[in-house]
Amino acid sequence: MSAARRLLIVGGIALALLGMIFGVWYAVFAEHQELDGIGRSLATGFSAAARRDAAGADAALNQYKNLKYAYDRHVDVHGHWIGLAMVLIVLGIGIDRMGFSEQFKMLLATALLFGSFLFPLGVLLQTLSGGSVPRALAVAGSALVIVSLTGMTVGFARGQKA
Amino acid sequence: MTNPSPGGNTAALSARMISFAPMSARRMLALGGIGLILVGMLVGDIFAVFVLHQNAARVGESLSSAAHAAMTGDANAVSGSFQSVGSFLENRGTKVDTHVHMIAFGYLALMLAILQPWVALRESTRKKVAWTFLIGAWLLPVGVFLIHYVGLAYSPLPAIGWASIFADLGGALVIVATLACLFGIARHFSQAQLPPIEDVLMKDRSVAGRILLAGGLALILLGFLHGAYYAAVDLYRHEAMDYSLLSQMTITAAAKNGAALDSALSEYGQLSGEKAVNIAAHAHAIEFGLLAMLLAFFQPFVRLRDSWKRTWAWVLLLGSLALPVFVLLELKLGLLAGGIADVGGLLVVIAVLAMWVGILRYTGEIDAAPWISSRGTE
Repeated sequence: MSAARRLLIVGGIALALLGMIFGVWYAVFAEHQELDGIGRSLATGFSAAARRDAAGADAALNQYKNLKYAYDRHVDVHGHWIGLAMVLIVLGIGIDRMGFSEQFKMLLATALLFGSFLFPLGVLLQTLSGGSVPRALAVAGSALVIVSLTGMTVGFARGQKA
Repeated sequence: MTNPSPGGNTAALSARMISFAPMSARRMLALGGIGLILVGMLVGDIFAVFVLHQNAARVGESLSSAAHAAMTGDANAVSGSFQSVGSFLENRGTKVDTHVHMIAFGYLALMLAILQPWVALRESTRKKVAWTFLIGAWLLPVGVFLIHYVGLAYSPLPAIGWASIFADLGGALVIVATLACLFGIARHFSQAQLPPIEDVLMKDRSVAGRILLAGGLALILLGFLHGAYYAAVDLYRHEAMDYSLLSQMTITAAAKNGAALDSALSEYGQLSGEKAVNIAAHAHAIEFGLLAMLLAFFQPFVRLRDSWKRTWAWVLLLGSLALPVFVLLELKLGLLAGGIADVGGLLVVIAVLAMWVGILRYTGEIDAAPWISSRGTE
């Protein structure tokens, strides 16, 4: 098994496990609480409007905004870690068909694995910190994924004989 | 080669001969996986045409009822309307889950089929594992689909109905089967002296396979680029609009300003549509790309002429590109774009069906080739 293939397959399985473990934690400790909170805060906001309680409606909708922000990012992190893991594994299986040298394949595989870990991590950190560091991490991770996927697409189009 | 044996050349060759035999684990997973993807896509198409828009309209109507109830000061009606929203969202959610799980399990089945040579278990055990996986992979989405209709009827539990119980059982079967495959792979790599695996799926360098691999990865890349663009340009604007429109609704309802309330409701509907088409385009481009890449590995077992294989590969890619592009254009072009997107989905279904039939037609010529050549040299 070539080093690039091993890196993509082992890295992909590890990333899938990370995504699933995060998903289990999220399902048990966060998802239902967030979903209940979203529904409840919306209903509370409109009920407060019915009572002409502007401050109550505003507070409830602010709670809705914060919960929805966290919920969307938690779901995205879970989905993207597992989705990218599947892409990594499939690319690992097919990497021998790429028309590049082993060194260049290894470089692309490393960039893709690193970016696939970093990008959802940046999104997850956005739920903890509103600063620019999490966003920069997500942007850097997605840039690495885009550049490495572009390289790999060219590699598959060039092809390599058996 | 599926079951490497130290028993000499004949045993190794006979093991290779059953690698894609009818009812072999690999063939069952490949055909069952593609079957799941096909049915999942058909369910998705039917859902898109007959359920999605109607359901979205009902959710919008319920939100509008809640806002108008707030305007008239009727807090009880507000609560009732939000309960209706919950019910419509549950109905929608179970349909989406059915569609998504069938396709995701199909992908997993194809991946497990590719990995079969590394699963160091007896063929009979692998067949049982494949059956367990496929039964679970059908049971879960069918159970999820029925949750909305069966509810808690005749259920022995206070909060979980029979449909949920069977769906959970299906999920458990899939987990058990996947763990068994992982155990087999770990066993393979723990063996001290590994015979080299010669797998025809790994060796294939056909044009159709290359088209699907490069095209599939290009689709994933496009989906990813679109996602990055959406995150950079629209995501934060949409999140801000979501909050501000809901806020406007409560303020205008409290002020009894019906015209402004209806305007906010209308904008909110438009915003929901915009978010939905962007998410659908992003997800479908990536999923179709992954499907194309997985199917690339099975091209040696598609018993069709090379020209037909190339044609179906291009049809698959064309449909896979058309669907997300025209889903995105739905907001500008309306039903026309929606119709073209559905045709794109149909093209994907037809291409996958053609490949499925090709695999069904495969009678073992690749598996038999080494055996025939070895007989010739005896």
